[in-house]
Amino acid sequence: MARIVGIDLGTTNSLIAYMNGKAPAVIADAEGHILVPSIVAYTPDGLVVGDTAKEQLVRNPERTVYSVKRFMGQGLADVTQELHYFPYKLTEQHGVIRLHVGDKALTPPEISAMILKQLKYRAEVFFGEEIRKVVITVPAYFNDSQRQATKDAGKIAGLEVVRIVNEPTAASLAYGLQKRKQGLIAVYDLGGGTFDISILKLKGGIFEVLATNGNTHLGGDDFDRRLMDVITSELKSKRGVSVEGQPALQQEIRIRTEQAKCALSTDTSTVVRLPLPDGNGEYRRTFSRAEVEALVQDLVEKTLGPTRQALADAGLTPTDIDEVILVGGSTRMPLIQQNVQALFGKHPHCEINPDEVVALGAAVQAGILAGGIQDMLLLDVTPLTLGIETMGGVMSSLIRRNTTIPTSAKEMFTTFVDGQTSVDIHILQGERELAKDNRSLARFQLKIPALPAAVPRIEVMFMIDANGILNVTARDVRTGEAQSLEVKPSHGLSDQDVERMIKDSFIFAQQDIKERQLIEARNEAESILRATEKALTRADRLVRPDELTTIRTAVADLQHALAGDDHRPIRRAIEALNQATHGLAERLLDSTLREALKDKKLSQIP
Amino acid sequence: METVRKELPLARSMCWHCQSDIGGEYFCGQCVKVQPLSKDIDYFTCLGLPRKLNIDTGSLETKFYEMSRAFHPDFYEGKSEMERTVSLANSAILNQAYRTLKDPIQRVEYLLRLEAGSAKDIPGKAPTDLFETLLEIQEHLEALHAVKARNNPATEGIVAQLKTEKSTLDAKRAALESRLAELFHIWDRLVEKSSHDQPFKAEKEQALKEMRDILSQRTYLNTMLANIAEALV
Repeated sequence: MARIVGIDLGTTNSLIAYMNGKAPAVIADAEGHILVPSIVAYTPDGLVVGDTAKEQLVRNPERTVYSVKRFMGQGLADVTQELHYFPYKLTEQHGVIRLHVGDKALTPPEISAMILKQLKYRAEVFFGEEIRKVVITVPAYFNDSQRQATKDAGKIAGLEVVRIVNEPTAASLAYGLQKRKQGLIAVYDLGGGTFDISILKLKGGIFEVLATNGNTHLGGDDFDRRLMDVITSELKSKRGVSVEGQPALQQEIRIRTEQAKCALSTDTSTVVRLPLPDGNGEYRRTFSRAEVEALVQDLVEKTLGPTRQALADAGLTPTDIDEVILVGGSTRMPLIQQNVQALFGKHPHCEINPDEVVALGAAVQAGILAGGIQDMLLLDVTPLTLGIETMGGVMSSLIRRNTTIPTSAKEMFTTFVDGQTSVDIHILQGERELAKDNRSLARFQLKIPALPAAVPRIEVMFMIDANGILNVTARDVRTGEAQSLEVKPSHGLSDQDVERMIKDSFIFAQQDIKERQLIEARNEAESILRATEKALTRADRLVRPDELTTIRTAVADLQHALAGDDHRPIRRAIEALNQATHGLAERLLDSTLREALKDKKLSQIP
Repeated sequence: METVRKELPLARSMCWHCQSDIGGEYFCGQCVKVQPLSKDIDYFTCLGLPRKLNIDTGSLETKFYEMSRAFHPDFYEGKSEMERTVSLANSAILNQAYRTLKDPIQRVEYLLRLEAGSAKDIPGKAPTDLFETLLEIQEHLEALHAVKARNNPATEGIVAQLKTEKSTLDAKRAALESRLAELFHIWDRLVEKSSHDQPFKAEKEQALKEMRDILSQRTYLNTMLANIAEALV
């Protein structure tokens, strides 16, 4: 079976991992970097991703996109409160956010696809083969639109997303494999932009999720913003400097507050040094850990409500939990660790690097799917109740939250007036009574044959698959025939959108493996052709006539191959030319060596 | 969300792949292909259980895990489209079966649907013996609401009365649940004793009727207790 790799597509950083025999391992780049900052920048030289893009945050703030995960599967109304923290312009089209970067308006899945391509490329260099199949992790509390957006990002990046896995459950797989844990565990996952809590039962290789809860807009970014707000207001009151309309300064503040927050995980106080524009000198501000903890205390408390709810949904109390696992960079904060410890009454575990554990778990799930791991099985749940809008704007639930997936529910529909040919169905996700307070997933029109009222009987099947993504099918009960559905996603791309994006997906020259291989082969061919010509002119005395014919033929073959756009014949021709010039090269080397040594004493030879 | 137009093969006595006789097994004895569970399979049959109400949750879990290992889509990634469709549908049925039978109340509600054709949701019904108490609770809830609306802090009297009434309802619910537990045993004995010749039809119907009645009252009490809890916050 084709290789499947695991990807943690994070708010702040992304990484890729694989199964190295029986243990998962992360893949580093040539410089040994494991984390790819989830940042995409448009520079005059083209598109850059990761560390290179990170350098553009301050230099080129309006064209550098970060934390795009917060916008996945969202409409503009979902993110109004945080818009002013982002230096780039956002608009909405058909319920989907567009990020305006330079002269382009891109959707969050398109931006995420660029990060995925970077990871794909990294894995392809590592394995020396094309990577097609991946497992991608998402926050457990991601709704259908957010999951679908992630899957679309994969498609746009030229990947087949074989499975969407929840981040905390992925982490539990990594822990379960490594530590052979059994019993009830709680995974507390606080990342850059999202919070998840999952309660699992581990028994004989089965990882059964009992309940999950969370907040998809709560993470390290929000902690940083508390510090940014302090600095922003002090700059104004003490130095008369306004950050408004100064995206570079805003980014500078963001980066330095993030560094300060991280420093405070080990130090008890830290200094933020901020160079001010227009010769305003430097601004310095000391933060103590206690001050920052007071600033973010309410955010930490916002994680405890969902944690208690998940426990209640699992029918458990905190003391029932055997082990607590911490995941996500934000759990490095001592304040978080203290709060988690206080709630569960036990010391939380973080033996596996909290930045890497999710990607490692994704690799384990990839191993299960590829058939390499047969004794482990993850039984996950759907995080949110699924329902449809009924009379009076009320949501009628079809599949309750925390139901083990895959799962399905059937609903019968009929008509109210004679000759009615369609019924509109509005699908929702959420825990509130009224339809308007829940997440609108999609609206679809059910086509019905014209018959007297109440005669047609159309059965609609709502199936949530193992990715937590909803699939809808309809059949006419009378005829047994499948009925057509026209689905309009409320906050998602249509299939046609995705197809188009795959097509005009940026040709990322150095990323597109085929193109890259062609370029490399051509470059090598050109240099070997130059070297051959040079050798032939310099060493015509050393060439035998039959040898010259072979070399000339090989040169002609290579030149012919160069005209094509397939790297393989070029490689073969290079190989043939190498063979043909092998003897000559040796003789040439010998003679050059003799020349070089002519006037030297033996001791001078290095 | 996505729309799919895959059609599941209908469960039948022959393997959908090699046409051998499968004799009700989940996997074909000849070609080992996974077979679709019947669309009308009941959850007891799905999990290999008799239609009894006392279930050992430990062995139920073991059976569920075992069948999950057989059907879960994770183990069908490299397989044919048809096998993947069957695996998805079977897993969905299995998960619903386990969820329903794991919980005693959902289990008996499901049995009532199977045996007595009850609606999906059994409507609440006030326990007649508590009629007066229930009327008083209604009055007190309204009174408390009115007092609160006027920002009058003098609520102790009503709160105390509601608390007493709440304990009456709690006691009633406990009594209903213990009778329900007895009925579980009565039902199970009837299932064990019954045979083709002696189906104990009337006795079974009597037990089902009483269980349905208890569930109705219990639903009513739960709603009322939730209202009281909300008012007392």
